[in-house]
Amino acid sequence: MAERALAALPEERRGSRLVARLLASQAFWVTLATLIIVVVMMAISDAFASYKNVFNTTRNFAFIGIMALGQVVVIITGGIDLAVGSVMGLSGIVFGMLMAAGHSLWLSAALGLLVALAAGAANGYLIAYLGLSPFVVTLGMLSVARSLALVVSNNQMVYQFGPDETLLFALGGGETFGISNPVWILVVLTLLFGFLLNFTVWGRHIYAVGGNPQAARLTGLAVERIKLSAYLLSALTAGIAAILTIGWLGSVTNALGLTYELRVIAASVIGGANLLGGEGTAYGALIGSALLEIIRNSLLLAGVDPYWQGTFIGLFIVLAVLLERIRGRRSA
Amino acid sequence: MPAFGLRAMSLLELRRVSKHFGAIEALSGIDLDIAAGEIVGLMGDNGAGKSTLVKIMAGNFPPSDGEIRLEGEKAHFHGPADARAAGIEVVYQDLALCDNLTASANIFLAREARRPFAGVLRLLDNLRMHQRARELFTELKSETRPGDLVRRMSGGQRQAVAIARTRLAKARIILMDEPTAAISVRQVAEVLDLLRRLRDQGIALLLISHRMPDVFAVADRVIVLRRGRKVADKPIGGSSPEEVTGLITGAIEAA
Repeated sequence: MAERALAALPEERRGSRLVARLLASQAFWVTLATLIIVVVMMAISDAFASYKNVFNTTRNFAFIGIMALGQVVVIITGGIDLAVGSVMGLSGIVFGMLMAAGHSLWLSAALGLLVALAAGAANGYLIAYLGLSPFVVTLGMLSVARSLALVVSNNQMVYQFGPDETLLFALGGGETFGISNPVWILVVLTLLFGFLLNFTVWGRHIYAVGGNPQAARLTGLAVERIKLSAYLLSALTAGIAAILTIGWLGSVTNALGLTYELRVIAASVIGGANLLGGEGTAYGALIGSALLEIIRNSLLLAGVDPYWQGTFIGLFIVLAVLLERIRGRRSA
Repeated sequence: MPAFGLRAMSLLELRRVSKHFGAIEALSGIDLDIAAGEIVGLMGDNGAGKSTLVKIMAGNFPPSDGEIRLEGEKAHFHGPADARAAGIEVVYQDLALCDNLTASANIFLAREARRPFAGVLRLLDNLRMHQRARELFTELKSETRPGDLVRRMSGGQRQAVAIARTRLAKARIILMDEPTAAISVRQVAEVLDLLRRLRDQGIALLLISHRMPDVFAVADRVIVLRRGRKVADKPIGGSSPEEVTGLITGAIEAA
């Protein structure tokens, strides 16, 4: 009966369908939660809405947000990339050492990103072409890339970056029109990823592969190549985040990006990426990482013992998945 | 026996098709004809060779022996793409749909309509795909809407999406694997109507089904396989569910 009644709805009721679609979107609820926290915090704390705090908070989640964009693509295909933190470390070390050796920012960045892409290609090849489990492969890469970062750097810190040092520091630590540069890059990348996922054939196929890999294969999609592209993108975002983070911190150690994979995956999931595949958005990656950082910042400003941060963050992750389950039940 | 000379020219013919997997003989000496505008029911127990036969027609693997002819011309399929290019589409039992995509996205999956953008880029043309999908659903007299997610659809609507996909490809021969197996009784009638409509449009349909009532409701002819051999091939009017059951189980040797 229900579906017949639904089918009988006139096409003109598009508006209400749009509202229904909005209400069914995880990103909408997470945006709402974020706004509520912001309003409450503005009432509680004068420091929260201060320019300096907004500047720092947005910059802080930019790095995670950029990596979450790549992660979301992987999660949509039904995979997971646990290696992003380590790939960020390895790529950052290579990039930093090249800069320190006197190479230009552009050459060092290109080679640093190439190293990240190589790690992504290894992940993608093993997962897509050999059919190994994404969890296990990227867990292996998490270990390998971190170890290679140690080998390459010989456990040395890099804090001098040669002739292009000021350019690097300006890129990662500077600002444009009062907003931190990494935030601009996050915004541009979010628009780019959103565009690719929504308006290109590639994006459509990313969702198809995650929705039903067998169906995708039967209809003749190059499932392997599509999956590979997802892991390449995830690694690339890790490399971009590495360069920006180094520019902001002004130094790089082989601990760069340590445990970031957890924050990146948490941000993706909170933003509505479904670990079962087939669902996720670029905007979700941005808002998910924003919510995580705003919670952290709010607790700090509210004077909550920092030891409690993990508890709150963890609760929000579970809450997000719970919310998704409730939405899923309603729409089923 | 079929009445020779009265039947329209066959669209698809199988001549003495056999398939061995090592020492196992999955199919032996199968002759089969399907004409345009005809629904042929293919029945048989599990392991009788139905899906092997479908896979040969769909180009998933070549026959060990015998040949496939399309409109009298010998055909060689080196893969599913060849069969598809020749106008043969398969609707799989699990429907091969992506739940997370819309009806129109599923219909156009792997053959998306694109439009030029900013000179160099070619983007998804959702508007055109929606319009075409709506036309296909209207043709099929289905109430499925192009913009709805497949996840929220009934079994009958899912079948409509899977069938609309074959219509988009301008398929002339559609092989349907258990189209009524996974849906409610009420929707079976809806799907059977869809099949009749396809037949009226001149499509040749091979209906693989376990459901005797469905085959007897829509098929013009029934073919029964038992242990890799064709044991019956007759007009539906000249048979009965009892006879077909006997043929499937082996209680009746051949008819």
